Amino acid sequence: MLIAIITDLHANREALQACLTHAEKHKVTRYAFLGDLVGYGADPRWVLDTVMDYVRQGAWALIGNHDAALLQGDGQSMNPIARKVVDWTRAQVTAEQLDFIAKLPYCIEWEDILFVHANAWAPEKWDYIDGVMEATRSMHATRASITFCGHVHMPTLFHISLTGKTGEFTPMPEEGIPLSRQRRWLVIPGSAGQPRDGNPAACYATFDTDSQVLTYYRVPYDAETACQKIIAAGLPAVLGHRLLHGN
Amino acid sequence: MNGPGHHKLHSGMEFDGYRLEEKLHTGGMAALWRVTDLRERHPVAQEDGTQLPLIMKVPLLYSSDDPTAIVAFEVEQMIMPKLKGAHVPRYFGAGDFDAQPYIVMEQIAGTSLRSRFEEAPLPIAEVVDIGIRVAHALQDLHRQHVIHLDVKPSNIMFRPDGTVVLIDFGLSRHDRLPDLLDEEFRLPMGTGPYISPEQVLGVRNEPRSDLFSLGVLLYHLATGQRPFGHPTSVAGLKKRLYRDPIPPRNHRSDLPSWLQEIILRCLEVEPRARFDTAAQLALLLQHPDQLQLTARAEKQVQDGYLSVLKRRFQVAGAEPALSQSASDQLSRAPIIVAALDLTGGTEALAESLRNITRRMLQTEPGARLACLTIRKVSRIGMDESLIQQGENIHVKQLVDLKHWARPLNLNPDKITFHVLEAPDPASAIIDYAHSNRVDHIIIGSRGSSALRRYLGSVSAQVVAEAECTVTVVKANEK
Repeated sequence: MLIAIITDLHANREALQACLTHAEKHKVTRYAFLGDLVGYGADPRWVLDTVMDYVRQGAWALIGNHDAALLQGDGQSMNPIARKVVDWTRAQVTAEQLDFIAKLPYCIEWEDILFVHANAWAPEKWDYIDGVMEATRSMHATRASITFCGHVHMPTLFHISLTGKTGEFTPMPEEGIPLSRQRRWLVIPGSAGQPRDGNPAACYATFDTDSQVLTYYRVPYDAETACQKIIAAGLPAVLGHRLLHGN
Repeated sequence: MNGPGHHKLHSGMEFDGYRLEEKLHTGGMAALWRVTDLRERHPVAQEDGTQLPLIMKVPLLYSSDDPTAIVAFEVEQMIMPKLKGAHVPRYFGAGDFDAQPYIVMEQIAGTSLRSRFEEAPLPIAEVVDIGIRVAHALQDLHRQHVIHLDVKPSNIMFRPDGTVVLIDFGLSRHDRLPDLLDEEFRLPMGTGPYISPEQVLGVRNEPRSDLFSLGVLLYHLATGQRPFGHPTSVAGLKKRLYRDPIPPRNHRSDLPSWLQEIILRCLEVEPRARFDTAAQLALLLQHPDQLQLTARAEKQVQDGYLSVLKRRFQVAGAEPALSQSASDQLSRAPIIVAALDLTGGTEALAESLRNITRRMLQTEPGARLACLTIRKVSRIGMDESLIQQGENIHVKQLVDLKHWARPLNLNPDKITFHVLEAPDPASAIIDYAHSNRVDHIIIGSRGSSALRRYLGSVSAQVVAEAECTVTVVKANEK
């Protein structure tokens, strides 16, 4: 089975469309959306409809902090810009879509894989995996040998050996990485809808469960249009401009 | 999975569709078994119709307190499926650690360099030939983003046709994959006599480390002596950071000074003082007349006490060098060929070629330029007077080549000149590019003429058949 792992979509229609087209061309057979379906971008309705469609056909989907914020009144811990977007987004989405979000799980375990938005030790608290320490903590908190997670927008691969040594690796796009079953892995594909590593191309990854090969991809998309839509929607312009630079 | 678990392996045992036939070898970290593919998943017919012989490498995991064998095997399982070409064993599959870990690969029919090694010193011509073959294999490996990091006689095999096959990638580093060993161990990883100074310091991303090991190998093959002995302690390994080897001509007076130059340059402590790439090393082993000799060539004794002492202090504060990768180093030091037609071409075309070459060299400061021209010879034999005349033409063309290149103002170390004699210029250029692992050919096109339409175009054939990038230059007639 070839799984596409797409995360932090952030209501970016152009980016999601490009990733899905790319994945289809690579004969992906199953999809996992790891949350933050909305927030920041101008197309929450289209993105949610699309994910709901894929879920009906067997895809996995998780809730992210930006999705959860739509359900709570206040958008608590978010920065002011994100909070503004939450309010705008809530006005855009349908009741059916809110209901879909409300039913999304924090994590899914499947065979020896864990899918989670933020981390394995407390998925609902949204702590970030922003280094080797947190990655180690997360890998120790699950019995799954491979964890896929989002929340952090930088593509990264962590691994921990039998002797407990953790390694961190910045992956190269399109280079298949065979994941040894002799260690645990934590895979952060990077954000599809709002890349932040200086490369504006959308991030996602595939995992082949037969060959155990993980591949990171970068998919160029029409960020110009996505940016224009954000500005046209009256959302903070900075959210549009950062898409052009991937920062 | 129906693996044998922790049972002892024995002949006749079957798992994962393989049958163990006989144990061929037990090494420090793994055993090798000859196996049969019972499911015929690898239908590789040889010329005689039989199956390609397969071996299974099985790690020895007795001592769970030493994770080296496990991690090295993980590394090999990760890297081997990525490798292609004649210089590595063909990979067929692997079993994971849940049951019985193994790697199945092609059995190389030939022998390892180990057997020849014990007979060192070898004839100089054979040492040079081995150096060229190993350098070509290393270049092919580096091109595939992999640094071997354990180049030694037992890891070098020869196919029956003489092609070198590198084996054992347990300590290797793939610069596009996570380096599992880097995280795991802080001790130097390599083999005592061969390990490079930077590997001793823990650097695992320097492709020129393999050139150092090849230098050790050539030194030993040529003299029968180890340049740095066989140290087993970290302190013993570190000695090569400040103590230079005895010049090999000291051990063997008939060793040519150019070969001493090459060997000592491979053994330089600073990677950047070695050859930039394995391809450049191979090129100079093939064309020693093109080598710029330095003091190394005539060096007779080791450096004096004071300079060694000084280096020793410097080593004490040494920091590992900048991070880089196999492919980065390769792409920074490409071999560029400028193919010139000195008889049929025009001055305008030669000028355009020089301008493009200059631009190319400006963007690739590490590049080496090989200036090439072809002297067309007929396919049939020549009498003495024609041969004499030919030699004169040869010299004249060499002079012309140098004249053409002079305005480029290149360091003599970065440029070589070659007059090839061949009946078919295009094939000669293509062969040269192939056998010297050339990265880029710059060639002129004479434009269209009725004659060319009959004879075909040299540049068109080179573009069609060369394995590397080709830039075709036209004369700027305006």
